[in-house]
Amino acid sequence: MTETTSTAAQDTADLPEYPMTRAQGCPFDPPPTLAKQQQEGALAKVRLWDGSTPWLVTRYADQRALLADPRVSADVMRPGYPAGAPVRENTVSFILMDDPEHARLRRMVTARFAVKRIEAMRPRVQRIVDDFLDEMLAGPRPADLVTAFALPVPSLVICELLGVPYADHEFFQDNSKIIINRESGQERQLAALGRLTDYLDRLLGEKLDAPGEDLLSGLAERVDAGELSRREAAQMSVLLLIAGHETTANMIALGTLALLQNPDQLAELRDTEDPAVITGAVEELLRYLHITHDGRRRVALEEIDIAGEVIRPGEGIIFPNDIANRDPGAFPEPDRLDIHRDARHHVAFGFGAHQCLGQPLARMELQIAYATLLRRVPTLRLATEIERVPFKHDGAVYGVYELPVSW
Amino acid sequence: MKVILEQDKCVASGQCVVAAPAVFDQRDEDGIAVLLDPAPAAESAEDVRHAADVCPALAIQLTE
Repeated sequence: MTETTSTAAQDTADLPEYPMTRAQGCPFDPPPTLAKQQQEGALAKVRLWDGSTPWLVTRYADQRALLADPRVSADVMRPGYPAGAPVRENTVSFILMDDPEHARLRRMVTARFAVKRIEAMRPRVQRIVDDFLDEMLAGPRPADLVTAFALPVPSLVICELLGVPYADHEFFQDNSKIIINRESGQERQLAALGRLTDYLDRLLGEKLDAPGEDLLSGLAERVDAGELSRREAAQMSVLLLIAGHETTANMIALGTLALLQNPDQLAELRDTEDPAVITGAVEELLRYLHITHDGRRRVALEEIDIAGEVIRPGEGIIFPNDIANRDPGAFPEPDRLDIHRDARHHVAFGFGAHQCLGQPLARMELQIAYATLLRRVPTLRLATEIERVPFKHDGAVYGVYELPVSW
Repeated sequence: MKVILEQDKCVASGQCVVAAPAVFDQRDEDGIAVLLDPAPAAESAEDVRHAADVCPALAIQLTE
């Protein structure tokens, strides 16, 4: 018995740890261990912080098949779910639930992110982008593109959509940073989450008394009608606020850096008058950079045969979508940034019922941000060596902490 | 080409509207996809195939 246990412990000790580390000098590429496991093809096992050993699914086709498979659950409270940190039940939002609960809650906000509703916001977002660029261009050089542009643009956009006062941006940006940093520690993360939840709960209360046209007012009305608890509404609002600014901010800054490292493609994007080139480039940057690099996580509900292996009920499964976006079976020469390739089938927004609901907003913001930045600042350049750029290796969302640029 | 859209499965990602705006739209109240044209013309076929391919909920079935 003792022998068996120690052998099992030995076996799992040999497994690679997840999340994995990127190679030195390859800031845009997923960790090499992920690429190696994808080449080897079969499913692999990895070891998490708590010693659990979920499956790792690396191939594009396998990821899509399983993420859309009803035998796979996103319920974080289910035994075997491969969580990235300890979970507290009262902090769970609908992205960590299964249907029908997930669908019920998700459908309460999807109307606001419908493609046409988002497209109607284009002139306002263009104005926001231009205003922050005016300010940056009037200021000193070099400037930090993150604080001057990449972070404030999506923060203000999501504030207006939700009905959150932008004046509070330092408060919610600071707390979001703590929540999505892997190194923060659970106590600090929960405290930050508590502060944000209380803040949004208070705002929802104000919307109940004096509703406007914004998303939070819509949620407050549903609370009033008994369709949604106040707690659920506050948790949803926290989720939308964090997801609405952190992800896009990191894509703007990291995407700009990737373009600066590929000056021919930057020039093409800057000089084009064809909107299709811009939309295509945004899809390619989403594929190539894939900033949500902590893997989508699920647990099997039933026995599943896939890629020559059997996943048993209750076993955890991790889907690193970053490596699926580098699968040569789906994207020829996947490690090359090519703004002219058809990358629209990437899984940067995930796949299955939980695919990112804010994706039309993200796309629109990125199209305007890159195109306007390059057009208005045609001499944009990195004001440091790329080796000195601080990358977010410790973040649940990848990107750069700062990006010194000049022009 | 015939298109079948299963609204129960739809998760309102809007991918089909981006891919084939002549064939798909979204409901105002919840963003769930609506089929505008169940028998699209040949020139839309490639867009519709792409819409079916990128639908994260596998809610679009096609018969040629």
